[in-house]
Amino acid sequence: MLVNSCQGSGLIEGIERIMIEEIQFYISYPFVRYALIVGTLIALCSSLLGVSLVLKRFSYIGDGLSHVAFGALAVASVFNLTNNTLVVMPVTIAAAILLLRTGQNTKLYGDSAIAMVSVGALAVGYLVMNLFSTSANVSGDVCSTLFGSTSILTLTRAEVALCIVMSVIVVALFVLLYNRIFAVTFDENFARATGVKAQLYNTLIAVITAIIIVLAMNLVGSLLVSALVVFPALSAMRVIKSFKGVVIYSAVISVCCSLVGITLSILFSTPVGSTIVAANIVVFIGNCIAGRRH
Amino acid sequence: MSYIKCKNLVLGYEGMVVAENISFEVNKGDYLCIVGENGAGKSTLMKTLLGLTPPMGGVFECSDGLNAHEIGYLPQQTFVQRDFPASVWEIVLSGTLSSCGRRPFFGRAQKELAEKNMRRMDIWNLRKECYRKLSGGQQQRVLLARALCASSVLLVLDEPVTGLDPKATVEFYQLIKRLNNEGLTIIMVSHDVQAAIEYASHILHIEKERSFIGTVQEYMESEFWRELANKLEM
Repeated sequence: MLVNSCQGSGLIEGIERIMIEEIQFYISYPFVRYALIVGTLIALCSSLLGVSLVLKRFSYIGDGLSHVAFGALAVASVFNLTNNTLVVMPVTIAAAILLLRTGQNTKLYGDSAIAMVSVGALAVGYLVMNLFSTSANVSGDVCSTLFGSTSILTLTRAEVALCIVMSVIVVALFVLLYNRIFAVTFDENFARATGVKAQLYNTLIAVITAIIIVLAMNLVGSLLVSALVVFPALSAMRVIKSFKGVVIYSAVISVCCSLVGITLSILFSTPVGSTIVAANIVVFIGNCIAGRRH
Repeated sequence: MSYIKCKNLVLGYEGMVVAENISFEVNKGDYLCIVGENGAGKSTLMKTLLGLTPPMGGVFECSDGLNAHEIGYLPQQTFVQRDFPASVWEIVLSGTLSSCGRRPFFGRAQKELAEKNMRRMDIWNLRKECYRKLSGGQQQRVLLARALCASSVLLVLDEPVTGLDPKATVEFYQLIKRLNNEGLTIIMVSHDVQAAIEYASHILHIEKERSFIGTVQEYMESEFWRELANKLEM
């Protein structure tokens, strides 16, 4: 018995040592470090906004935008532009403002309009890619745009720099406007009656969401982006009672899941995006159970 | 001294007229109840008073030291709020936002104001509780404390007793009456006419084409009250 358990713990120690060595080996490559930096920042930004989006019932904007971004990316890649983001970013921001306006207009079947825009963009994107693509492997391209696959590991220095700048702007805006975002999220009419420009903040939230979605497409692909926005916020809401607590806890969850997901995907060669989302699902289930016991 | 003056107001939204010919004044210390049938434009009038919907015609003035946005508003609960994770403290503090000006964070003055109004509403011991776990009456007192943080002179309440049990309803009306006695001006939209004539000082009764404004005494002698009484008897 004793000998057995000693051997057992020795084995585990051995595996741990090998894994740590392997992580140290990978981390010496700049592309892995880039992936970890970008993954952490995007996870942080998406979770901060996610809380507001979920509570304002704006999750659909995240979902719709990711499809629009896919369509824009497909068109941009057909024209062989040197920097796709320059096209995708403005298109997605414009779509964000449009979706916000239609979504608030309950008379005009807001949700159907959004379904139309997002599915339409998806279809046109795929069509364009098939008709005009010069690449030999179209379905491979489509799959990697939808699910992220390996593009996170091929980030250039410029893309990382862009991501860092955007993340700093997003976090700074969120911290400075935190109290106003809370007021608009909790009770828009009261906020407007006391002189807060609610429409301005709604638009700002939608624009920042568009920016994050375009950045996050590199990480998890366009189909899985909304998971990054929605899951950490929902997990945190299961167990935390205050708004500030929910924001902080969801940021922690999101960053941890992202780091664990990227590391696991490198160690076991799984797709980055779906591994991160799988980690988020596990945490969500854990928080659901913890919330029940409360 | 009148806080709010309306003359021949035409109410509506998206080009549709809901009610017209509304003229009334609200003076300091008044307790005005706005009554009328569903769809008569009560909610639209309230949104106009708050500056959320512009009037389609007529004159609407805030005067005598009442700044725009210096109105404490108690809205009807929205479905977003029912499962909103926020502590009582966070919600009440958010009422002081208009006094922050351009500063991004709350200062000591805002926190002291929030504490004062929470003690006034007897919810200081609930400050760390989660809003969604509170009873209906407690939630209304939280929102009332928030409204008091936004204004110390004028409160606007939208159907405040909807969903409260009878005991909480009576307690809530007494609380509002107490605030009125302390000098606050109250404007309340209500479908509860019995409570309106019991607690209010003035009644504004609006219908699609005509309206009544006067004291409770005058209201009970008017044809509006007689018609209402006839309907109730039938």
